[in-house]
Amino acid sequence: MRSGALDLRFVARRAGYALLTLAFILAVNFFLFRIMPGDPIALLARSQRLSPEALEEQRRAFGLDEPLFVQFVVYLRETLTGQLGVSLVSGVDVVDLIVSRLWPTILLVGVGTLLAAVIGVLIGIRGGWRRGSAFDSSSLYSSLVLYSTPEGWLGMLLLLLFAGWLGWFPAGGFSSAAGLALPVLALSLGYVGQYAIVMRSSMIEVKAQPYITLARAKGLSDPDVRRRHAVPNAVLPTFTLVVLSVGFILGGAIVIETVFSWPGIGLLTYEAINTLDYPVLQGVFLVSSAAVILAAFIADIAYGVIDPQVRQS
Amino acid sequence: MTTIAWQRRRRSWATTWALFRRNRRGMVGLVILIVFAVLALLAPLLVTPAEIDPALAPGRPLQSPGEAPPLGTDLFGRAVLDMLIVGSRVSLTVGVLATLGAVVIGATMGLFAGYYTGRPLGTILTALTDWFLVIPWLVLAIVLAAILGPNLLNVIVVIAVTSWALTARLVRAQTLVVREQPFVERARALGAGDAAIITRQVLPSVAPVIVAQGVLTVAVAILSETTLALLGLGDPNSLSWGRMIQEAFNAGAMSNGYWWWILPPGICVILVTMAFTLVGYALEEILDPRLRKSEAQ
Repeated sequence: MRSGALDLRFVARRAGYALLTLAFILAVNFFLFRIMPGDPIALLARSQRLSPEALEEQRRAFGLDEPLFVQFVVYLRETLTGQLGVSLVSGVDVVDLIVSRLWPTILLVGVGTLLAAVIGVLIGIRGGWRRGSAFDSSSLYSSLVLYSTPEGWLGMLLLLLFAGWLGWFPAGGFSSAAGLALPVLALSLGYVGQYAIVMRSSMIEVKAQPYITLARAKGLSDPDVRRRHAVPNAVLPTFTLVVLSVGFILGGAIVIETVFSWPGIGLLTYEAINTLDYPVLQGVFLVSSAAVILAAFIADIAYGVIDPQVRQS
Repeated sequence: MTTIAWQRRRRSWATTWALFRRNRRGMVGLVILIVFAVLALLAPLLVTPAEIDPALAPGRPLQSPGEAPPLGTDLFGRAVLDMLIVGSRVSLTVGVLATLGAVVIGATMGLFAGYYTGRPLGTILTALTDWFLVIPWLVLAIVLAAILGPNLLNVIVVIAVTSWALTARLVRAQTLVVREQPFVERARALGAGDAAIITRQVLPSVAPVIVAQGVLTVAVAILSETTLALLGLGDPNSLSWGRMIQEAFNAGAMSNGYWWWILPPGICVILVTMAFTLVGYALEEILDPRLRKSEAQ
């Protein structure tokens, strides 16, 4: 088996799987908003006072008087050609709305995840290698506290501390580059604990493996065994977790952006929740799901390149 | 026959408890949980509905701690301590009920996905589980909660529907192992059908995994409730800890420095979530022989 080379059949299989997942998301997104407690117009009527005639008019405009199957075909055609409808509140095209809010979120989630992953992995390596040491137990307990902290509340705490008491940051206006610091801190603190815990148990598991004993028997020094044999093997599960948690982090970003008025997808979602702007919510769910599936796909391929066993399974 | 099986099962739970008692982290978690559970159970005796009604609350608004009520009051004159006690009842109820739902869904999916692996039903259930593991489930929960509308039952349903997948995956993996055990084959040879094997042979064997994972799920469920409440998707009539934080946030607690209002509910969420996680980890260590061995090293 060639190692390191990209196996095209493997890539095709994973791509097929990703597309299948995406297709399922499309179906769920459709039925979620049509079948659950009525149709989007019934939902609209909950937020706005509309006369029965106006409701009927809206229903026709949305094609909701057509049979469900026809609606589904129309929905598929529109979604696949990049039409996600217009906001019920502002009348702006949902795609434009999402694109205009994309970069702040990518910046926040990207920097936050990277920071959390690097720090979490470093803490996990040290703690797991010296299990039971003072560093290990204190970092384990802090990781648990951070894992258990609602990230929105953590953000409020940072605001209370740095904006309210110390006055280092303005309480609003977090769109400047310096204003990125607090939201990123809140987001990464929330995940650093989780990554540290996984990296730690991964290190503990790897440490008990025969190849570590062999490496020691060869006379390698302790730091060398750790750096060259333990860490590369232990980091893989953490890597998968980081990628899979992107979906979770996107959820967390909704709260963080709300707390800090950070003008990204999360704040857009919060605004859409309050105005019951269903086309926007639908669009956000679709786009964030697609982003997560793409991330999982890339991780799969990367994993396959690093670890040949994955390709064979 | 069944009496012997029951005796054996009771003995194994006794062993588990003996091991758990020696696990310091697990015991710390258990003690915290008992304290909050007692508070939650006694809540109706300790706090009257009028005391936490914004319109009827007797206290003066925004008292800082140390004056009349020990932990101060909020904007409406409600005592923070009273709200915390009521909040423990709401948050624990939502966490536990949502987890029960998630565990029932997850265990059923996992058992069937594992038992029927290699057949279409198993493949479909496994794919469905994988799908729920990959999608941004918190986003799904937020969207679902927004569609269903804010009330306590909907919050419970939304959390249950979005947090069963990990349980399903673990149960499936365990079922795959149990399925190949000699005692399952023996039961089949004696004429037991699929349903009987799943409920009588496989389910008792995977029960430890379900219990440990269930305890860990409560932690996630309580965090999810808090997140939904922070976004205004909780029940406006139930004062959970998350709802308390949201009200403090809306009242500008950070810029106005109402720390006594916004800190305690968050600390309670941390304590309870951590306690469930500690107990869950301890159970996992005890019930998973592989982890127990590494603990001894």
